[in-house]
Amino acid sequence: MSQFTLNLLFITASFALYIGIAIYCRAKSTAEFYAANRGVGPVMNGMATAADWMSAASFISMAGLIAFTGYDNSTYLMGWTGGYVLLALLLAPYLRKFGKFTVPEFIGDRFYSPTARIIGVICLLIVSITYVIGQMTGVGVTFSRYLEVSNSTGLWIGAGLVFCYAVLGGMKGITYTQVAQYVVLIIAYTIPAIFISLQLTGNFLPQLGLFGTHDASGVAFLAQLDGLVTDLGFRQYTEHHNSTLDMVLFTMALMIGTAGLPHVIIRFFTVPKVSDARKSAGWALVFIALLYTVAPAVGSMARFNLTATMWPGAEQGDTFSMPAVSLADIETSPDLAWMRNWQVTGLLNWEDKNGDGLIQYYSEAGAANAPVAAVIEEQGLVGNELTTVNNDIMVLANPEIANLPGWVIAIVAAGGLAAALSTAAGLLLAISGAVSHDLIKGTLMPNISEKGELMAARISMAASILVATILGLNPPGFAAQTVALAFGLAASSIFPVLMMGIFSSRVGKEGAIAGMIAGMLSTILYIFAYKGIFFVAGTNFLPDTPDAWLFGISPASFGTIGALINFAVAFGVSAISKRPPAHVQELVESIRVPRGAGGAISH
Amino acid sequence: MSDRQSSNAYWQANLRIIYICLAIWALVSYGFGIILRPLLSGISVGGTDLGFWFAQQGSILCFIALIFFYTWRMNRLDAEHGVDE
Repeated sequence: MSQFTLNLLFITASFALYIGIAIYCRAKSTAEFYAANRGVGPVMNGMATAADWMSAASFISMAGLIAFTGYDNSTYLMGWTGGYVLLALLLAPYLRKFGKFTVPEFIGDRFYSPTARIIGVICLLIVSITYVIGQMTGVGVTFSRYLEVSNSTGLWIGAGLVFCYAVLGGMKGITYTQVAQYVVLIIAYTIPAIFISLQLTGNFLPQLGLFGTHDASGVAFLAQLDGLVTDLGFRQYTEHHNSTLDMVLFTMALMIGTAGLPHVIIRFFTVPKVSDARKSAGWALVFIALLYTVAPAVGSMARFNLTATMWPGAEQGDTFSMPAVSLADIETSPDLAWMRNWQVTGLLNWEDKNGDGLIQYYSEAGAANAPVAAVIEEQGLVGNELTTVNNDIMVLANPEIANLPGWVIAIVAAGGLAAALSTAAGLLLAISGAVSHDLIKGTLMPNISEKGELMAARISMAASILVATILGLNPPGFAAQTVALAFGLAASSIFPVLMMGIFSSRVGKEGAIAGMIAGMLSTILYIFAYKGIFFVAGTNFLPDTPDAWLFGISPASFGTIGALINFAVAFGVSAISKRPPAHVQELVESIRVPRGAGGAISH
Repeated sequence: MSDRQSSNAYWQANLRIIYICLAIWALVSYGFGIILRPLLSGISVGGTDLGFWFAQQGSILCFIALIFFYTWRMNRLDAEHGVDE
């Protein structure tokens, strides 16, 4: 069976499964559409949350980010998991007790202000829409690589599928498809990782293999990798190179940004009890950790395999004991067919600059003081000849680099799609809920009937899918930068206001509104100052280099500072404004105790 | 009035548990994983040091343990104060 047929078979089978679930779980009321009728068990919700949370970026890009940077990018591992501790301890149980449907609704009620609610809607829309663009482009890329259709055809197929289960099923349909998507994506991620860990270290568990021994050389795997990359002039893998302050602030921005993402928070509205919301966050992290503890192993082992492909001597532990891979091998050898496949996508490229028939891969920046300097001298190299290596290739081409069977490649394709589609569906639900529940029902047409609101929710879902697809087809130039913006805004506007709403009975509407605006504007301004206004190149008024950053704080880390500004402004303004009215004090008292969450379902 | 006092005691106890959990949360990630890593460099773990292990694996395992500990502890606290569901 050809690779194409296998890919088609696995992807079609996974799609049939999702559609079957969608037809089975149709939403019949707004409570089902927004919150799956609060009937999802904590383990099941944990699994759905894991799929909701783990996006195309987690599945496709994260291992590559770690692979090419090493220790410094541990920030992603800690940042994207540590946020769940904040969710479980500081937000999820109380917001579940509050018992309504959307995040802006809590902001509006707790701060007794329709204005605060609208600002909440604006923050939510900016965060979720920037985030959904990345998912839709991920769907397009995966389709075009594995099914040989054009990017846009792939995108429309994906949009049609999301339409089926999200518009029909709402939260209820999305929850159960996310559970199925989690199973697909975790199998797709771990199977190649287990194979590679066995090949390199003889350890069945990649988590142990990462800290195990490299079989061929008998040296600790990470020491072996460190030696290999430094031979070639790259920075040592396990060492700390960047600023400690920035690493701390970036990790913090990712953690509080994660805890402030509306599409993650609303998942905790679906469980029956407050104690289930706590437990569910724990299960979500268990399911997330299954991927997040494998990712650093995948990253480091794929980096080793790729480098050893270029310098075959490295497989036995001595980088320069054999000549570099030859151009003839790359162009004809069946073992290296994957290099030719991926050259077509533009994610990988090479050029024999000095015409010696070999492709030498090394770091031009660090070569002078590395052992590779002697090779450069001897062979007359004029530059690194593996000219393009995209981060994403570490996961996507991983099974091919390690020569795994065709069905493993097909399942990775289905897994990449599952990761992108599950996150897209969760985001679309958060967006449509904000439009139909907060804007239409909450502000424009308060007297709309339950049936009318359900219809409005479905229409806004369909419209959001259309907008997301169009943005995915024509991604604005800044699509790649938007992760920093989404996390920065979630961290600086949404997380602080929710936390103050629960833990302080003193902060009132003036403080909350001023805080949200200050946090949001300072973060946007800082990012735009270095990255350009709306990320348009050339419009930045400060150079985007570590020397120019304020106290060495990178734009992506600024969410943490934005959050501090938000807290400071909110407390400052509250100190000179009136105390919140009595009914709000009672609301705060009531969300702090778990008893009675069942009764809070009705509206 | 007694109701209010009990709910106050409940909230204070909850805050204490949160402080302890967050202290451990910060210690294993920002502490052992980043800032205190040089201090742990003497303890080697599979080709690198303990700080690297905390940054790439240990902190995540601690986070899971922390959430389940908090859940278990809060269920007991809820029952003690009669505010469980």
